[in-house]
Amino acid sequence: MSDEELNTSTGRPEQTPDPATIEGAVGREDRSQFAMGTAVPSEIGVDIEQTAEVNARTASLWSDAWRQLRRRPIFMISATLIIILIVMAIAPRLFTSIDPRACSLTDSLLAPSSEHWFGTDLQGCDYYSRTIHGTRVSIAIGLTVTFFATGIALVGGSVAGYYGGWTDTIIARLTDIMFVIPFILGGIVILSLFPTRGVPQVSLVLIILGWATMLRLVRSSVLSAKSHDYVDAARAMGATNRRIITKHILPNALAPVIVYATITVGVVISAEAALSFLGVGLQLPAISWGLMISNAQARILTAPYLLLFPGLFLSVTVFSFILMGDALRDALDPKLR
Amino acid sequence: MGRYVIRRSLQFIPVFFGATILIFALVFAIPGDPIRALAGEKHISQTVLDTLNERYHLDEPLWKQYTIYITGVFQGDFGVDFRGRPVTDLLKQRLPVTIRLALLAFFFEVVFGVGAGILAGVKKGKFFDNFVLISTLIVIAIPIFVLAFLAQIIFGVKLGWFPVSGIRDGWMSYMLPAIVLGSLSLAYIARLMRASLVENLRADYVRTATSKGLSRRRVVGIHALRNSLIPIVTFLAIDLGALMGGAIITETIFNLPGIGRAVFEGVQKQEGTVVVGIATFMIIVYMFANLIADILYGVLDPRIRLE
Repeated sequence: MSDEELNTSTGRPEQTPDPATIEGAVGREDRSQFAMGTAVPSEIGVDIEQTAEVNARTASLWSDAWRQLRRRPIFMISATLIIILIVMAIAPRLFTSIDPRACSLTDSLLAPSSEHWFGTDLQGCDYYSRTIHGTRVSIAIGLTVTFFATGIALVGGSVAGYYGGWTDTIIARLTDIMFVIPFILGGIVILSLFPTRGVPQVSLVLIILGWATMLRLVRSSVLSAKSHDYVDAARAMGATNRRIITKHILPNALAPVIVYATITVGVVISAEAALSFLGVGLQLPAISWGLMISNAQARILTAPYLLLFPGLFLSVTVFSFILMGDALRDALDPKLR
Repeated sequence: MGRYVIRRSLQFIPVFFGATILIFALVFAIPGDPIRALAGEKHISQTVLDTLNERYHLDEPLWKQYTIYITGVFQGDFGVDFRGRPVTDLLKQRLPVTIRLALLAFFFEVVFGVGAGILAGVKKGKFFDNFVLISTLIVIAIPIFVLAFLAQIIFGVKLGWFPVSGIRDGWMSYMLPAIVLGSLSLAYIARLMRASLVENLRADYVRTATSKGLSRRRVVGIHALRNSLIPIVTFLAIDLGALMGGAIITETIFNLPGIGRAVFEGVQKQEGTVVVGIATFMIIVYMFANLIADILYGVLDPRIRLE
């Protein structure tokens, strides 16, 4: 395999030539058609001439998407916000030097001021510091749950979609069962089983409740990718089922999954906060936006800032991931171009 | 068509048993002896304990408890709470509140969600379209309990337009919770409606209709709209079920005595029978909503049922 071919199959963005030359060489519509095909041709042995031609344009779905994303303000805004939030989660000390657990009751319920930017809570803790430190659990739970739920969905969905038959029936019914249990109801019932609830317990429950929708999505993506000619071609060349799934079907079925997974991070963060708010999620002394909002609700009239700041951080976080999902959807769906 | 309906309905039988078994097993896995918990500090004699255990079938293995329970459910008996009151009574008392709330929320979704979606889709790329896209994203991003508090502070306390909580003011007291409860789905419906309409407006049959000289109003209103409503109708059917179950947070914050709050209180008080009873009921409602959505989909789009 030549270097050029390797580049096509990984679709590295840095290999991308100037967009202007591409626009000149081929029309936009032509390009997106090639884009769909280029993910695999080097594998199934399309004749060398055509591969070389495609290489000159380096127009895989991903490099195309990346080129488009860089021009979208929505993507840039959400990506910046997400990076800031992740840095905040990893190193909250960069944003505040105040210890969120160093509280003094004499400072109870101070309004926002230059000393305490977000005021102080009932225990006299600095609210700005607590809000910043609250980012960690939200981001941790959001990313962990999405990672594992997507993993389950990818394995289960591709097996169900590819093999069909009884395997499909059993997986589909299991999905249906999880699907008819309302999210919050299931969360309350399962979480109340745990006497102590930290990040691992809450994540586990959200994974259990969260994989079903994603699995349906993977399954239907795989079903539609399965019927393409390149799959038949790969099978004719003697590729094993495992190879067909991992090398040919999944890469082509991945776009909607990535979009949905990005949005799921936001949804999971929101669900964690809701469960903590209801008193069945994380427990004190954990620092979590849901818990902060829960404690603020008794004082929404006298100290509305206690509700406002964690609520704002929570909403902005969820918003960033949903916005990112939206931008990715626009970029990855060739039909919309 | 008949075959499609029957096949779909049959598929829901294992789902029903699976979901109810799961909830049943989970709830009764909550550690602790409910009878002793009920007695609290008081000493209860072994005889009383045995009698109560037998009456509530607590001495039977779990699968047998489930069989007894599910047989009762088919006869309209959702069990009794530990004060001996049938869960059905609780449902009868609490359900009207939740139904009123869900219907009102549903009304907002249909009127404003579908309306905004159509206007945005027709005026794609214009100011109103962008406004709908951005405002719905914001609504989707704000968690429902934050939205509920904001609504309480702004419209309940500051502006005084609606009662803040409770149900003493008739329909008015349902307005604010219903708007909050419906807001998320409203945003989804508006976006779905817009996307669906935009896609259909690009379809060949729309071009044909336009080129044979039909007015824009007729092309959009009759040809494109009918087809683009298919995903909306099915979404709405599922959502009516989801609203019934999704009312847990809204009812808790706005202090509405519906089934959502009842199930939450049940979990807190470890009243397993109440939780299982209401959860089973919610699952049945949600399942039927899903079934109806599936069937509607088949009715509206013949391609689905011919698969």
